[in-house]
Amino acid sequence: MSEMVEIRWHGRGGQGTVTAAKVFADACLSGGRYVQAFPEYGPERSGAPLRAYNRVSSRELRMHCPVLKPNIVAVADATLLDAINVADGTPDDAAFIVNTVKDPKEIREKIQARPTQKVFTVDATRIAIDCFGRPMPNSPLVGVLAKVSGLISLEQILEDVKKSFGKKFSQKIIDGNLEAARRGYEEVREG
Amino acid sequence: MGQKSGKIVAVTGNEAVAEALRQVNPDVSAAYPITPATEIMQRFTAFVSNGKAKTEMILVESEHSAMSACIGASAAGGRVATSTSAQGLALMWEELFIASGTRLPIILALVNRAMSAPLNIHGDHSDGMGARDCGWIQLWSENAQEAYDNMIQSFRIAEHMDLRLPAMVCMDGFIISHSIERMEYLDDEAVKSFVGEFKTVNPLLDIEHPVSYGPLILTDYYMEYRRAHAEVMSKVKNVVLDVAKDFEKISGRQYGLFETYRLDDAEIGIVILNSAAGTTKDAVDAFREKGIKVGLLKPRLFRPFPYEEVGEALKHLKAICVLDRADAFGGSYGPLFMDIAATLFPYKEKPLMMNKIYGLGGRDYLPEHAENAIAELAEVAKTGQIKTFKEYIGVRE
Repeated sequence: MSEMVEIRWHGRGGQGTVTAAKVFADACLSGGRYVQAFPEYGPERSGAPLRAYNRVSSRELRMHCPVLKPNIVAVADATLLDAINVADGTPDDAAFIVNTVKDPKEIREKIQARPTQKVFTVDATRIAIDCFGRPMPNSPLVGVLAKVSGLISLEQILEDVKKSFGKKFSQKIIDGNLEAARRGYEEVREG
Repeated sequence: MGQKSGKIVAVTGNEAVAEALRQVNPDVSAAYPITPATEIMQRFTAFVSNGKAKTEMILVESEHSAMSACIGASAAGGRVATSTSAQGLALMWEELFIASGTRLPIILALVNRAMSAPLNIHGDHSDGMGARDCGWIQLWSENAQEAYDNMIQSFRIAEHMDLRLPAMVCMDGFIISHSIERMEYLDDEAVKSFVGEFKTVNPLLDIEHPVSYGPLILTDYYMEYRRAHAEVMSKVKNVVLDVAKDFEKISGRQYGLFETYRLDDAEIGIVILNSAAGTTKDAVDAFREKGIKVGLLKPRLFRPFPYEEVGEALKHLKAICVLDRADAFGGSYGPLFMDIAATLFPYKEKPLMMNKIYGLGGRDYLPEHAENAIAELAEVAKTGQIKTFKEYIGVRE
């Protein structure tokens, strides 16, 4: 792992994007790493575009500012691709994760990713509906992020989803989210 | 001693402060919700409801009442804490003076937020700066760890028998209060024994020894009373340092009156409060790699301000840039700048100084802002010329 990995999430209010960033940060704590997870707070309306950020580093994180050059961009809602430039500020080796039914090649074209940048897609909404009956793409995306970032194992992320959701939800919902994270990890496609 | 019994967690600043309050377990708390401080009391009252803290919560209808209830409970002989932000602190204003003038060691977590109008919920320092001269102790915090650590230390400082003064612990709204960061919690027992049993002084509820609070003191003794308050304030810094020494034993973390970063051999320096100091330290490192001798000073004990010590730490510099996250609308400089200037005025030879106002209403403070300030300072040190004494940065003109 390079010294610091910066992640930018694009989602819409109510999709659990902020929760996803928090769960991912918590899971990355293992191994003595430093983490940050923070959303960009605006008027909190369901359906409005929002951004959230993660930093994961082997060194102490002192900066307190938005991520401007993300190594990984995770898009929880593909309709945002028409509204905002998700590639803003990305370096040449950045990776994109997009929740969509579409093929990674099609998304690559749409966001005009550079040849050196990686593009991953996953039908996270479908997975979520299959696993726990609600269109909340966050758990599958956390699974995908574990794989794409290489920062943590599938087991670590499942352990953390269990811990984070265990405080609030029934066993059925927890199991559904665990299955969703596992399927995200396995079903992500690169292109 | 010297053992570290901590637990590594990833939490928000608000969560960390609520945890500190649970561990200290005050006797009484009264608070009124206001963004971004609400979550502190939301979490803390959940601890109380679940039996994890024995604190008596008093339901109130405003921040004015919250502070009034805290004053009553503190005078009655209890250990008392509350929290607020911005307009909430403003509504406490007259009570803040009553708490300090009555020498009640109330602890207030202030989640810094911009003052309205226009209505804005985000972090800047205009609330804390407005209350800087109300006789309270102020400790400012860079991140969640410092907010938690300051919160725990503040009880020992405020309740010290030489002081008995209220204290507020400040952290940046949203940037720290709502961001998750890695930090370390101390063991419950370690916090409990560090803070110790609350000692009462002339409690109202000691009916065997009746006392009067809130006397009328007119021209006969008011000035002596105020002079005595100033005398007490002068003892704060030594207590802060003593408490920090003890805290290091249980935490391994060092605290002083202020933090210096690569300042001893520096030629130019940045002075900045709270979360933006972290972003600036990274910029300091980047310029040090290029051979530019830059350092940083971050005040911690902001009231009473340790003028002599700060002046001593800064006087060798060629040029200083003070960054303020609050403005002063008197046609003057930002509040931090004015204090820093005051630390240096006794010296014949002193650094050139400039002031930049940044981040009002939560406007992002970016690495480039720190880098530009350092680059400008290097030029000022070389030429001896300052272009603009006070400037607003990161703003559309």
